[in-house]
Amino acid sequence: MQAHFDVIIIGAGHNGLVCGALLAKRGKRVLIVEGSAATGGAAGTHEFAPGFRASTAHLLHLMPRALITALGLEQQGLRFAATRMPTTALSAEGNHLSLAADAVAAASPADAAAYPAFTARFTRLAGALRPMLGAPPPRLGTDAWSDRIALLKLGWQVRRLGRRDMRELLRIIGMNAYDLLEDNFSSPLLKGALAFDATLGANLGPRAPGTVLTWLMRQALESADGNTGLAQPVGGMGGLTDALTRAATAAGAEVRTGTRVERVLVADDRVTGVVLGSGESLLAPVVVSNADPKTTFLDLLGPEHLDTGFVRKVDHCRARGVTAKLHLALDRLPAFLNLSQSALKGRLLFSPSMAYLERAFDAPKYGEHSAEPALEITVPTMNDPTLAPSGQHVLSAVIECAPRDLRAGWDGSKDAYQALLLDRLEALAPGLKESVRAVELLTPLDLERRYGNRGGHWHHAELAFDQFLFVRPVPGAAQYATPVQGLFLCGAASHPGGGVVGENGRLAAQAVLAKAV
Amino acid sequence: MSVKETELPHFKQPLLRTPFHNRARELSQHDSFVAWAGYTTVDVFTTPEQEYFAVRNATGVFDLTPMVKYRIKGPAAGRYLNHLVTRDVAKLKVNRVMYTVWCNDNGHILDDGTLFRLGEDEYWLCSAERQIDWLLDAAIGYDVTVEEVTEQVAALAVQGPTSCWILKQLGLAGIEQLKPFDIGRFAVEGVEVMASRTGFTGDLGYEIWMPPDKAEFIWDRLMEAGRLRGIRAIGSQALNAVRIEAGFLMPHYDFVSAESTVRLGRDRSPLELGLDWLVDFKKGHFNGRRALVAEQARGVARRLVGLDVAGNKPAHSALLYTEESGRQEIGFVTSALWSPTCKRNIALAIVNAPHFALGSKVWAEIYLNRELVWERRMVQAEVVEKPFFAPERRRVTPPADR
Ligand SMILES: Cc1cc2nc3c(=O)[nH]c(=O)nc-3n(C[C@H](O)[C@H](O)[C@H](O)COP(=O)(O)OP(=O)(O)OC[C@H]3O[C@@H](n4cnc5c(N)ncnc54)[C@H](O)[C@@H]3O)c2cc1C
Repeated sequence: MQAHFDVIIIGAGHNGLVCGALLAKRGKRVLIVEGSAATGGAAGTHEFAPGFRASTAHLLHLMPRALITALGLEQQGLRFAATRMPTTALSAEGNHLSLAADAVAAASPADAAAYPAFTARFTRLAGALRPMLGAPPPRLGTDAWSDRIALLKLGWQVRRLGRRDMRELLRIIGMNAYDLLEDNFSSPLLKGALAFDATLGANLGPRAPGTVLTWLMRQALESADGNTGLAQPVGGMGGLTDALTRAATAAGAEVRTGTRVERVLVADDRVTGVVLGSGESLLAPVVVSNADPKTTFLDLLGPEHLDTGFVRKVDHCRARGVTAKLHLALDRLPAFLNLSQSALKGRLLFSPSMAYLERAFDAPKYGEHSAEPALEITVPTMNDPTLAPSGQHVLSAVIECAPRDLRAGWDGSKDAYQALLLDRLEALAPGLKESVRAVELLTPLDLERRYGNRGGHWHHAELAFDQFLFVRPVPGAAQYATPVQGLFLCGAASHPGGGVVGENGRLAAQAVLAKAV
Repeated sequence: MSVKETELPHFKQPLLRTPFHNRARELSQHDSFVAWAGYTTVDVFTTPEQEYFAVRNATGVFDLTPMVKYRIKGPAAGRYLNHLVTRDVAKLKVNRVMYTVWCNDNGHILDDGTLFRLGEDEYWLCSAERQIDWLLDAAIGYDVTVEEVTEQVAALAVQGPTSCWILKQLGLAGIEQLKPFDIGRFAVEGVEVMASRTGFTGDLGYEIWMPPDKAEFIWDRLMEAGRLRGIRAIGSQALNAVRIEAGFLMPHYDFVSAESTVRLGRDRSPLELGLDWLVDFKKGHFNGRRALVAEQARGVARRLVGLDVAGNKPAHSALLYTEESGRQEIGFVTSALWSPTCKRNIALAIVNAPHFALGSKVWAEIYLNRELVWERRMVQAEVVEKPFFAPERRRVTPPADR
C-alpha cells in the first residue's frame, strides 16, 4: 500500500511541533495529528473565562536560542512581552525578598557574599552539563564509536571544569537541594525560593536526592547564551506554539487538530501508520509520538508488540504528577501585601522556607493535597494586556503540591481545595477574593485529561536519576527510537525532559533522519 | 488432610507436604526426601534401578504435585499466552497440551513447561519455577486473570508400558483413546479426575490431575489396580534417568532460568538449547522475538546436544575438549547416564560452535572416584541425535492392551 506521509506525529505539543517542523524542513512529508482543538499541548494558551486567557506553562525559560532561530519563530510572529523577568520571594508577613543579587545583599548581609559566588559557580557547573542536554543520550555497553565519543565528551566537559569545580560537581550532583542550600545560605526565604526552583514540577521535595540534578538541568538551559531568562511570549505560551505551528505548516507539514490517534499500526514488527478516532487509517513508515510513554506503548501501540520486561519498565515508569495550576480572572490588579506593583511584572514565589516546601511535598505521599501550598505566581496581563478584557487581569499560579491520585478522589474535593487556595492567596493579597470573576483549577488529574499524559506529570515522566539521560524514560527507548521499528518518542518523557524546551523534538527529528525514511 | 504442616510463621514453616505424603512415607524404604519447589518429595523409595525399570518395563508412579501450576483465564487468554510463549498457542485446541518455553526480552529462557487448554478461554501453565510476577506483568493490557493453583490440584504421573491397562483397570474408561497430548475427563467411583497423555519419561504414560482431598483415595485405588502389572512408586532419581534417555531438559541441570542467573552469559536461549522447533517466528510478536531473530541471524554461540560417550562411566559434569590433550575447552556435560535400556553411555552437553554439529567428535574429561582415589579419564564422545530412547509405544493409540 502507498504511504500517505513519510512521518506521522502523534500530538502537537511544542515538542511534536518542533519535530514536525524540522522534519518538514528536511523535505519529509509530515502530518501532525493533535487530539485537542488547538495545538501547543501544555504549552498552549486557552480561554478559561470569556475574554480571559491563560497558559498552563506560563514562563518560557528553557528553550535554546539556537532552536528559536533555526525554526525562524520570530519570522513566524513570536514576540516577547517580557524577558528576564525578576523573581520576588514572598513572605507572609510582607518582608519580601527580591532575588536580584543587590537586593539579596541588602536583605541578608550573611548571604551577601555567598549568593553571587554560589550563583556564579552553580552556573559554571551547570554549564558542564549543557552539551549533554542538547545531544542524544549515549547508549551504554555498546561498541559503537558514536556512543563512546559521546561519553568521552561528557567526561571531557566535566574534566574541563578544572579539578576543584569538577570535584564540586561530582560532590553535589547526587545531593538534595536542601543540604546544598543549608550549606551555603542562612535566609530561610532565599533558601525556600531557590529550593522551589530546584524541585518545580517534580514529585520530589527539596530533601529528596537528585534535586540538585534537576536544578542543575534547569540552570544549564536557563543560563545558556542568548537565553531569554524568564520570559513571556506575547499572547502567552500559545504565542510560541502558534509560531511553531506556522513554522511547521510553512515548511510543508500538515497539522490536523481535533483528531485523536487511537492506535499505532504495526505489520511485520514495523510501524506502518496510525488509526484515527474516526476509524480512518493513515499510512507512514515512521510514527513519532509526542504522548507520554504509558500512553504511547500501552494504549496506542499495545503490549502485544512489546516484550514483557520492557512493558514492565514502562508500567513502572514513575509519573505521578503533583503540580496543579490555578487561573484567576480578576476585575482589578491584585494588591499583594507590601509589594510594589512593578514586582507583578515578574514572578512571585511563595515558598517561605525549605521546611515549608518540604511539608508541601509531604502531603502527596499520603494521598493528600498540601493545605499550605507553595506557589509560583505570575500576572501575565501586567506584561500583555491582550490576555484579558481591558483593565482586567489574569493571575496564573503553579501549585505545589496536589497529587493526581488524591486519596479522597478529586470529584468531591476540588471545590474545597479551590476555596483553600483562594484563602491562601487572599492572605498574601488581601481583597483578591473579591476581585475574582472566574476560577479555573487544573489538578494533575485535569491536566491528564486535558493533555492526555498519564499521571498528569509536568515532565510526563519523573525527572530523577533513575529516569535520566540514558535511561529516560526507560531503558530500551532512551534514544528516541523504540523497540518497534519506525516508532519514535519526542515528548517531555524523553531526554532532556519536560518544560518548554523543544530539544526533545529536535533530537527526535535527528534520530528519525539518522534511522529511517 | 491439611497440606500445610502448621500455621507457623512463614520463616519457620517446614517444607509443604503433598497430599500423597503419608502414602509416600509408608512406601519409602530410605526415608529419603528432598526439597522440590517448596515441597518435600521422595528421592528414592527402594533403589533408583528398581524404580527406573518400573517405568521402562511396567509402570512407575510419580507425585508431581509440586509442579507449579497457573490457571490463566479470560477472553484474551489465548492472545496473552501467544505473547508469552515461543510456540503458536493459536494452534492449541481445547483439550490438548503443548510443551513450550518462554523467554525474557533478551530471548533467554525463563522456564519450560506444559500448556493445557482446558476450555475455550481457560488454560493451565505448568512450570518448574514460581513466576507470578512475570506472568502478571505479561498480563498488562490483556483481559485475563492469572492465578497460581499449585496447592489446589494434586497430580500423579503414571508412566510405563502397562500404564494404560492399569488406568483402564482403575476405571478411566476410554483412556486408551487419548492420543499423545490429549486431555480427557474421567471418574473413579464418582471422583472426577482429569488425565492427560503427557509425561517426562518419553514412554507411554499419563498424568492424572485430581482434587487434593481425593488424592489418597485415588492413590490407593491406583496401586490396587496396578498390583498385577508391576506398579511402583518412583522418586526423582529414577525420573531423572528416564528423562535423560528421552532427551528432556531439566531446569537447574541443563539450563538455569534467566531470572535467576547472576553471571553474564549463563542464561540460555531456546536456539542454544536446540529447541528451535518450539520457536514460531511467523506467529507475530512474542517475548524475546526480536532478540531471537537477531541471534538466529548471527548463529548460536553454543548448543545443547546429545552425546554418545565411549566406555560405561557416566560423564557427570565432564568438561569437553577438541582433542585428547585437553588443550581447547569447548563445552561441558549437563546431564549424564549409563542408559540401561539403550545400553549406551549417554549425556546432554553444551558444546560451543562449531563443534556441536551432528557427528562431531569431542573428548570428555571424566573423573572417577574409586575408593576415595580420584582417577581421570579422557574418553571420546560423539554428537548424536536425541532422544536416545523413543519407543513406538509412546505414540501408538490405542496402546497395546497389557
Ligand atoms: C501545571 C504545569 C505548569 C507548567 N509550567 C511550565 C512553565 O511555566 N514553563 C515551562 O517551561 N514548563 C512548564 N510546564 C511543563 C511543560 O508544560 C511541559 O513539560 C511541556 O509542555 C510538555 O510538552 P510536550 O510537547 O512534550 O507534551 P504536551 O504539551 O503534553 O503535548 C502532548 C500533546 O499530544 C497530544 N496527544 C496525546 N495523545 C494523543 C493522541 N492519542 N492523539 C492525538 N494527540 C494526542 C496532547 O493532546 C498534547 O497536545 C508546566 C507543566 C505543568 C503541568
